[in-house]
Amino acid sequence: MTRAAIVVCWVMAIALALFLLAPLLVIAAASFSPTPVFDLPLTGASTHWYGKISRLDGFWPSLLLSLQIALFSTAISLVCGTLAAIAIARGKLPGAGIFATALVSPLMMPGLVLGIALLQGFRAIGFTAPWATLLVAHLVITLPYVARTMIAGLARFDFTLIEAARTLGCTYPGGVMRVMVPALAPSFLIAGLFSFLASFDNYPVSIFLADVRTKTLPIRMLQYIEEAPDPTLAALSTLILAGTVILLIVSDRVVGLHRMAGTSD
Amino acid sequence: MTEAALPAPVAAPAVDRERLTAIGFVLPSFVIIAGVFALPLVLLLGVSIVDANGLTLAHYKRLLGTPYYLGVIWNSLRLGLLTTLIAFLISYPAAFALARARGPLRSVLLATLFLPLAASVIVKAFAWTILLRSDGIVNETLMALGIIEDPIRMIFTETALIVGAVNIFLPFMILPIYAIVAQLDPRYAEAAATLGASPVGTFFRVILPLTLPGIIAGVALVFSLSVSAYVVPTLLIGEKYPTLATMIAKAYLLAREPGFGAAAGVVLLGIAIAVVALSARLSQEPK
Repeated sequence: MTRAAIVVCWVMAIALALFLLAPLLVIAAASFSPTPVFDLPLTGASTHWYGKISRLDGFWPSLLLSLQIALFSTAISLVCGTLAAIAIARGKLPGAGIFATALVSPLMMPGLVLGIALLQGFRAIGFTAPWATLLVAHLVITLPYVARTMIAGLARFDFTLIEAARTLGCTYPGGVMRVMVPALAPSFLIAGLFSFLASFDNYPVSIFLADVRTKTLPIRMLQYIEEAPDPTLAALSTLILAGTVILLIVSDRVVGLHRMAGTSD
Repeated sequence: MTEAALPAPVAAPAVDRERLTAIGFVLPSFVIIAGVFALPLVLLLGVSIVDANGLTLAHYKRLLGTPYYLGVIWNSLRLGLLTTLIAFLISYPAAFALARARGPLRSVLLATLFLPLAASVIVKAFAWTILLRSDGIVNETLMALGIIEDPIRMIFTETALIVGAVNIFLPFMILPIYAIVAQLDPRYAEAAATLGASPVGTFFRVILPLTLPGIIAGVALVFSLSVSAYVVPTLLIGEKYPTLATMIAKAYLLAREPGFGAAAGVVLLGIAIAVVALSARLSQEPK
């Protein structure tokens, strides 16, 4: 590459990094605002707004609901998606390629359309309990993340290693536990991380299945923002961001960010 | 059954058993995808072509025959096209820098991609409403730099919408491009230069075709995400810029017009399927 092209590339990369970080830094700064308006740059600092989060109307039930739905749907999808990915990778399944495409296809489909389709579908069969419908709906949100990551992870796994372990004296379950599980653990963790975040942040599907008493945290947050945006919401957003950062740091320590770059395309 | 008859049928069931195990492994996922994804979408198609009197195309006629609704469809496409184009123009050169970065610099750059990717869409859109307020930080900066004299109205404009959408969907463009650029062998470009190609010729005839799979993946992903975005237009522009997504939500949550909402949903679904089909076709094209 010519020198000028390299300079352009670096300028774009730095601009992109600043642009991507800007909203995250601003929300964190605004959460310490000493006044009820978002006074930036800050003239002082106050942690006052953090204390007000727990008094937001309906905050705790919504947080609890979102955590439950995200944890349960991720757990179920990890089991189902990993089993499916193993079957696809072993190559003993007729039509494995088509099925692999079908498994990840919800990722490319508009979430809102899935939301109204599920609303119609659940109503048609009289399945209307909000908690249960949210959980079932979130399986479709989380399963594609697990399937995509585990299929990519298993593509690099050599199944003959299990046979080799058996030849060396392992039982079949022992071989799976000591060879396959460690090799796939990083993919499994990344799959779980992204599927948890996708469920926890979902709005377009949840909005059609929630009712007045059963609202997930994103639904509640959009409602707060539309009604009365004040630094309390910035404080809540900052805490959610901090949680995300901790999850990412833990994942990076365990498996490394580079691996995520490879599996996220 | 005698013992001698046993060995022959044993080989066949072994293959069958492996196949049965494989089917058993995919069954739970198949039930989820078929029952909670494919079937409801088919049902939605059904809802869009019936009304109280039976089968009808009235919802589609209303949607595709009214200038206002055609404008709404165009708004969605425009949001998708502009977001995709701008995200591509920023991401493509940046991906090359990212691929050249080594050591801690690379870790920092990758972290700036993953953190926003993992961060909540609602949090980011909310942050842009703060950034773009008339007394917000963008206006204050522009005024301090003497670029503008009075604060300009940015929030609830198309500029705000596009800036927010590009910001939120950008990681989905750069990651697939980066994944391809990182594997690019620099000797191809060197060989082209040795054989007399100009830098511009090398770029258009060697580098661009080699990185095309990443571009196709990124463009397809960002377009299908932004064309159907709901949270971003709701918070950054509102009623002034109705899109298919915001109209569908309204038809279901406020107007109680499921037939019309379903028809709009099918159109949005059609756009998404067209993007997937087109990108699949383009990536298979022999070079």
